[in-house]
This record gives sequence, structure tokens and C-alpha cells, in this order.
Amino acid sequence: MSAVETTPPPVDLGKRWRITSRMAGVAVAASLSMLLSGVGLPPLVSRIILLVGLIVLAAALLKGKYRKFFSGPSAYVATASLLLLVVLAIFATELSPQNPYDLRQLDIMDGRLPPGSTTFDGSMTFHLGTDEQGRDILSGILYGLRVSLSVSIAATLAAMAIGVVVGIYSAWAGGRIETILMRIVDFQLSFPSILVALMLMAAFGRGLDKIVIALIIVQWAYYARTVRGTALSETRKEYIDAARGLGLPDWRIVFGHLLPNCIPPLIVISTVQVANTIVLESSLSFLGVGVPITQPSLGLLIANGYGYMLSGQYWMSMYPGVALLAIVASINMVGDRLRDTLNPRLTR
Amino acid sequence: MLVFLLRRLAQSVFVLIAMMIVVFFGVYMIGNPVDILISPDATPLEVEETMARFGFDQPVHIQFLKFIGNALQGDLGRSFVHGEPAVQLILSYMPATLELALLGLIFSVMIGVPLGVYAGYKADRWQGRAIMTGSIFGFSLPNFWVGMLLILIFAVELRWLPSTGRGETVEVLGMRLSIFSADGLQYMILPALTLALYKASLVTRLARAGTQEALMQDYVKFARAKGLSETRILVVHVLKNIMIPIITVLGLELGSMIAFAVVTETVFAWPGMGKLLIDSITTLDRPVIVAYLMLTVIIFIIINFTVDVIYTLLDPRVRVRGEAT
Repeated sequence: MSAVETTPPPVDLGKRWRITSRMAGVAVAASLSMLLSGVGLPPLVSRIILLVGLIVLAAALLKGKYRKFFSGPSAYVATASLLLLVVLAIFATELSPQNPYDLRQLDIMDGRLPPGSTTFDGSMTFHLGTDEQGRDILSGILYGLRVSLSVSIAATLAAMAIGVVVGIYSAWAGGRIETILMRIVDFQLSFPSILVALMLMAAFGRGLDKIVIALIIVQWAYYARTVRGTALSETRKEYIDAARGLGLPDWRIVFGHLLPNCIPPLIVISTVQVANTIVLESSLSFLGVGVPITQPSLGLLIANGYGYMLSGQYWMSMYPGVALLAIVASINMVGDRLRDTLNPRLTR
Repeated sequence: MLVFLLRRLAQSVFVLIAMMIVVFFGVYMIGNPVDILISPDATPLEVEETMARFGFDQPVHIQFLKFIGNALQGDLGRSFVHGEPAVQLILSYMPATLELALLGLIFSVMIGVPLGVYAGYKADRWQGRAIMTGSIFGFSLPNFWVGMLLILIFAVELRWLPSTGRGETVEVLGMRLSIFSADGLQYMILPALTLALYKASLVTRLARAGTQEALMQDYVKFARAKGLSETRILVVHVLKNIMIPIITVLGLELGSMIAFAVVTETVFAWPGMGKLLIDSITTLDRPVIVAYLMLTVIIFIIINFTVDVIYTLLDPRVRVRGEAT
């Protein structure tokens, strides 16, 4: 860090942390791809690697700012509950008492039991009751949590990547390209996201991949606009001039200097945006145009139980709803703390 | 000025045409409506007949040209399920949505303004902070979840209000409205509250910011010097000054209110446009989906256009920038 630094520098971790966080990033990516493809290490090992990698990344993000981040009881509560929910989602298969989508484990005779009931032969207790097909609600919630989280995180990351490319490109290119791209962005942002997503899902039909694509299309413009704004103000700063003066090629200035400086505000935005995406996804699934029936998210679980609520069988949609609320609230609160910690200038 | 307006109008028309193309081809991709329209054991001849009757046997581009031609005459096709012209069908469902959105707006002002003014008055005290934290929840809670909770509390447990449906309607100017009958109003309270929650948090934030700013103004100091009570200063002097921006923003939000109504109407089985859209998606009723989307796009284009024009009239800087590009 030089003395004449006029702007907060890009996340400067120091060599050891830089290497550690890169390794953690690779570990997360590798374990995720092994989990998705089903080859390589046993799932349990991959999941543990994934969790450790995520924790290391989060620690790298907050390095040297722990005290500022944990400045009140709400920060502890939110972080603890977010961590708990992420662990539950990652280890849903191991932790849930029943695989709710394995038909051999279900018995229709156990349908619509209130919380605390046991199976007919007393082998298992349904702590949160069962749905109409005899599925354990608790297991359904754990699996649904995983679907909700992974769909939203995947969509947010992809939308962010597209937004970063479009935003930086239009800020860097300027002129006509910028005008056209930003017109498209303005046009899309003038429609509420729920309407656009609904429109897309009506055209695509249900499906995990389809809802991820729809959520990406809905969000990219928002990132593009934000990144363009940041990139425009960054390109006017001295360090870009210095890089130009050194005669570096454009691609090195963009990737080596401009890009790393546009990322920090995005981390904060994307955290909160994951929560918004979860809400949007669950709304779509609730309306019946989201995830497929075979892989229900929290929203679809709530929709399934909704019909029984008026007859007083509240647990089928109540508990998934509480889980949804918990995840959305804890992400929002952590995001709020992150904003104060990483980017005090950025206030809404 | 005229050049700017004309250019803006041309842009709107371009957007409309682009949306028509996107919507038509998007909706065209959804399943085959014939499977739903006729029984599975129909003979091939019957299938062919139905295809021909609805024009499905023709290539896509011919269907599209026909669609455009009819659309220019205000005809967006007939609903497969209801057998009525789609536009007429949607317009007949529209009053229910509009009255819901209107009551939602009224609720959001009634809830948001007092909370926001109070939060602005006690900005650094725990009351102000608590209200602001509450407004974060208002922003992040899923709409359908709030609706469900309200049903569970007020309809299932307490039995104070009806849970779903529309109740008694009164015919006003050829539209059936619930808002004017006591029974219908009962049915509207819960859905309108649900719809209002998000906007109420928005209004709370606006009102808080406005109040904080207004409290520093000279006229408030003067009112205090005159010895007026704090309540009177807040209710009479501050409130008057912060209402204009709030109402402007809410006017802009009317469009998104209609979009959010899709979720709320489904939760409360409220027979409005949004519920019609969801039902049409499940029954693959293409003309209704297309017509709904086109009508909503038109509503949004009109809102955006009006806003732009008003801004241009009020703020010369926009006009200059618009002419420079």
C-alpha cells in the first residue's frame, strides 16, 4: 500500500492468505463439480471439503475486520444461523432422518401426521409432521433448503459474471456500444423482475436449469449497471493512467487492474441479492412455475402444504416457511453487516 | 421539446414491437395446447380439425403475421378455455386487480407514513432503529408467505376475516367492485395488506428521510419558536411537505403493484388478472397469456413514457441531455 493511495485498494490479503484463499476457491469448485457429476471422492468427503473451503473464503473476505463485523449481538446471531443453515443444506443427505424422494422409504399410511408423531411401527419420529404422501417435513426442508440455496447462488454468480463482463466492456468501450448495452439494461430494469421471470418460466416450463436461466436473465442487467458505474469512476483514477503510461496492453489493464477494483462493492450487493433471488425463486415455485415436483425447493413445499392450511394442518407449509424466513433474514443481516464492514461509503 | 417527445414515442413503439415478437415466440414454445383442448382418445381426424380451427396447422411465421395483423385491430385471439376474446376476458378481470392495488396503495401510505415520520423524529433512538429494522423485513419477506401468515392468524385461528375469494360485489360504471360493499371490503383487507407490505416499507424509508430533512428546515424551527406542540409540527407542517415525493414514487410503483398482485391473488384466490395469468399458464391457454403480457407491457410503457415526459417538463437538464445524445 503506497502513501499516495487515493482510493481503498483492492482486497489486499498478503501472500499467505492469497494462496490460501485461492486454494480454498479451487477446493470449493472441485468439490462442487465432484458432487454434481457424482465421480471422484465420496460425497461426504466432498461436502466436508466444500464447507471448509467456504469458511476459509469467508474468513479471507473478513480478514482483519472481524471486530468491525462482529460489532453487535445481531451479527453473531445472523452468522451463526447462516452457518447452521448452510451446514444443514450441504449435509442434507446425511442429516435428514429419511430420504423424502426415495419412494421405498415412504408409507402413505403416515400421511398428514402432526408434529411429534411416530411411524406405524414406531421406528421413526416425525418431529415436524408429515405431508400428504407421508414424507417427513424435516427431511423435506433440509433437501428443499439445498435446492433453494444452490439455485439462487448459481443464478447470482452467473448473473454477476455476465453483468461484470457487460458492465466493464461498455464502460471501457464507450460510444455506441455503451449506449446500446445500457439501453437494453434500462429497458429490462423498467419491468419488475417477478413479471419478467414469470414470463420466462411460462415460456420455458418447469425445471431446475430453466429457473436458473430465468433468474440469470432477470438479474444480469442490475449487475451490469452497477459494474458500469463503478468501472467508469475507476477508469478515471490515477492507477489506470499509470498502467496506461507503462504501456500495458488493454487486456492487462482491464483484467489486472480495473476488474479487481470493481469486485468489492459487488460482493456486498451479491450477498443481499442471493436473498432476493431465494425469495423470487420461492415465489415462482409457489406459483407452480418454478422447480420441478421431483426436486422441490422451500417455495414448492409451502405451496404443497398450502391447501391443507385452511383445515388447520398448518405444519406442512408453516415449517418450510419458517426455514425460508430464517435463511432470507440471516443472509440479509449478514449482508447488512458486510456492507458496513467492507464498504462504508455504500449506503442505501 | 417536440423532437424529444417524438423520439421517445418512437422508442416506445419499437419496444412494443420487440415485446410482441419476444412474447409471441416465447409463448409459442410452450407445449401443445391441442393435447389439453381435446380428449386423449380423439381420432386423428378430430385432432386435425381442431388444429385447423385454431390455425395450429400453419407454419410459425404465418401464425405470427396473422397474430400481428389481428393485434393491430385490438384482437389478441380467443381464449381456448373460456371461448371469449382474450382481451375482453382480461379486461373483465382487471377491475378486481385494480381495486386491490388501489387499496394496497392506500394501506401502504396509512402504515408507512406514520411509521416513517415517527422513525425520522426518533432517528437515533431505539424506536427509530426498530422501525428501520422492521422495514428490512418488509423488503425481504416473501409476499406469499406474509399472505399465508395473515390467513393463518386472522382467518383460521381468530376467524375475524374471510380467507379467500372476493365476497359481495357492487356494480359501478359497468364494473363489479368489492370495495364499495362492507362484505366485499372484508374480503379485500388481507390481500391488500399483503400487497401493501413491501410498499409500506418503501414509504417508511421515504417518509423517514423526508422527515429528517424537514426537521432541520427553518419553518420547523419557526414553528417550534412559536411554541407549537411537537405533534402539531409533525402532523401539520412536516407531513404536508413530505407527501409530494411519496405520492410521486407511489404513482410510479402502481405498475409493479399490478405485477406483484400475481402472487397475492394466487394466495387469496382473488379473481383478478394475475390469478387469470397463472391459471392460463397451467392450462396452456396461449392467447390469454400473450394478451396479458401485451397488456402489461403496454401499461408499463405508458407509465414509463408519462414519467419521462413529466420529468422532462419539470427538469430541463433531462431535456438537454436527451437532445445531446
